[in-house]
Amino acid sequence: METTTSSSHSRRRNILEQTLHGITEAIEHAVFAEQISAHAGLLQSLDARVKVVSMLALLIGVSLSHSLLVIAAVYLLLLLLAWSSAIPVGFFIKRVWLVLPFFTGLVVIPALFITPGPALLHLPLGLVITQTGLNTVLFLLLRVSTSVSLTLLLILTTPWNTVLSALSVLYLPDVFILVLGMTYRYIYLLLHLANDMFLSRRSRVVGYLSTADNQRVLAAISATLLGKSLDMSSEVYLAMVSRGFRGSIIALKPFQMRAKDWWWLSVFLAIAAFVVVMGR
Amino acid sequence: MFTQSKKAKLLAVYYGALLLWLSTTAMHIPDGYLSPVTCIIMFMVALPFWIIGIRKIREKLNARSVPLIALLSAFSFVIMMFNFPIPGGTTAHAIGATIAAIILGPEAATIVVSIALLIQALFFGDGGITAFGANCFNMAVIVPYIAFAIYWAFSKNQPLTSKRRLVGAFVGGWTGVTVAAFFAGVEFGIQPLLFKAANGTPLYAPYPLSLTIPAMIIPHALIASVAEGILAALVVAYLQRSNVAVLEAAEKPAVLAEAGGFQKLRALWVVLVVLIIASPLGLLAPGTAFGEWGKQELAARGLGYIPTGIEKLSGLWGAPMANYDLPALGNSNLGYLLSAVVGIILIAVVVWLFSMLLTAGTGSKKT
Repeated sequence: METTTSSSHSRRRNILEQTLHGITEAIEHAVFAEQISAHAGLLQSLDARVKVVSMLALLIGVSLSHSLLVIAAVYLLLLLLAWSSAIPVGFFIKRVWLVLPFFTGLVVIPALFITPGPALLHLPLGLVITQTGLNTVLFLLLRVSTSVSLTLLLILTTPWNTVLSALSVLYLPDVFILVLGMTYRYIYLLLHLANDMFLSRRSRVVGYLSTADNQRVLAAISATLLGKSLDMSSEVYLAMVSRGFRGSIIALKPFQMRAKDWWWLSVFLAIAAFVVVMGR
Repeated sequence: MFTQSKKAKLLAVYYGALLLWLSTTAMHIPDGYLSPVTCIIMFMVALPFWIIGIRKIREKLNARSVPLIALLSAFSFVIMMFNFPIPGGTTAHAIGATIAAIILGPEAATIVVSIALLIQALFFGDGGITAFGANCFNMAVIVPYIAFAIYWAFSKNQPLTSKRRLVGAFVGGWTGVTVAAFFAGVEFGIQPLLFKAANGTPLYAPYPLSLTIPAMIIPHALIASVAEGILAALVVAYLQRSNVAVLEAAEKPAVLAEAGGFQKLRALWVVLVVLIIASPLGLLAPGTAFGEWGKQELAARGLGYIPTGIEKLSGLWGAPMANYDLPALGNSNLGYLLSAVVGIILIAVVVWLFSMLLTAGTGSKKT
């Protein structure tokens, strides 16, 4: 639910392009993640279940922590892991900080001033930065960026279908994982379809479309997409039935824990436990 | 809460509201904004709706449901990527939960939107993993249930091509997202009330309810809710023109709601009431650990100051803190309880007013 504002004319002309751009970006984004996950590196070499469990444990540790130092240490650890997993560290830092923590930073700036506490710095306009204000801002920023980095690290080093199968380690039912996998697959199909529709519509537009026209175009595309999704779901169902689908699912579990996986799992869990204890 | 001059205070409130709004990936709450306790509670609140949704899908759709749910989840995900233009030169992203609810009924819509949200959280970093329960409750439960109830109140006994359905879809989508924004505001706003370090530093989202609720509701009511409403109405209009079969098929699950759209909300009300009652209890256990001390205890712990909010509140309730065995049951919890109750009552009144208005309309205009 991101919202953006700007002067009206360029905006009106650009709504179709904006959406096109967003869709293309999402596709590229996923392709790029796939590339990195194919590199040789530390995290790529580990069992996906180890990564899922470790990521969750560290996420919980970070969210429980009452200590800035501990969260910062986890972030440094993540940078180290990124580096050892053939992820360009500059990219890793930028990718995280330019989006969420950036906005979080903007949002929490007033908290510097309105959080009651001992004064740290006096600014003009009668504004005073408080010690507690500074702390709360640092907490939010660090926690948000460390959590985002954790998820990103998992996604960058693991192919998406492996991430989904690894969710079975959380005792999610196989049907659910099957649906997730199909959803992910069809997201890309529908994104391509939407992309085509936007592009063909855009190529037939001369001049400006009014807001109302744009709304109608978008609604028509959405409704067509909806119709296609529904049709396709029955076709997919028939295709599944003709290949022997009877409602029960047998999932392949291509995982095997090796000594190395156990070793790293215990390392990550020990770190997570350490984070929880030190963060109290 | 504020210790600054009035001018600075106003500036801060304005700035905070503005920026909370600008940051609106806001309805997708990221990791780090909500305390673990809040996250667990929100998972527990969303859980019954997931169970209801899965049951519904099993009994209505059986084996067919696997590809149907997958494709509609994918559809829901793609819809969330569209920049939808709002009159006035702004764009917003719709959630698409209203359309999902109209087509599938609210129970299945919960599952569809939840799956889309899970993929967003996992693969696109949009919305947190720990905050997944909260995000699902706001966007995958509140929006479809409320939107569907209102849509259904408008379109009950109306022909498939009725204009009333468009109005219903718009009002439903708008109200659903606005109420969801209120809940997100509450979830943000209770954080500094309940989860502070020993020295008063808020550990998660730092703004009080008085700031987060308007900061979430106002921009959503003006922008994102409008996008959701218009998109839902226009999609219904398009389906009426060119693909009535979809709307017709959608009637079938909806027939189950024949008894009246608002009864669909019954489960929601029960959970809300349980939530109000249970949330302070849930906070009891970690309360001591998270530093929920009373005024005197704060001083006893060597604090140089007493947060003004606590001062005010303890005056309001006049509770003799020294006699409490459990300082964790301090005043901020009561304040929270109170605000939750007030909020729920407010929404109940609004929804009830809506239902009165709507049913009055249907009665006279029956076809």
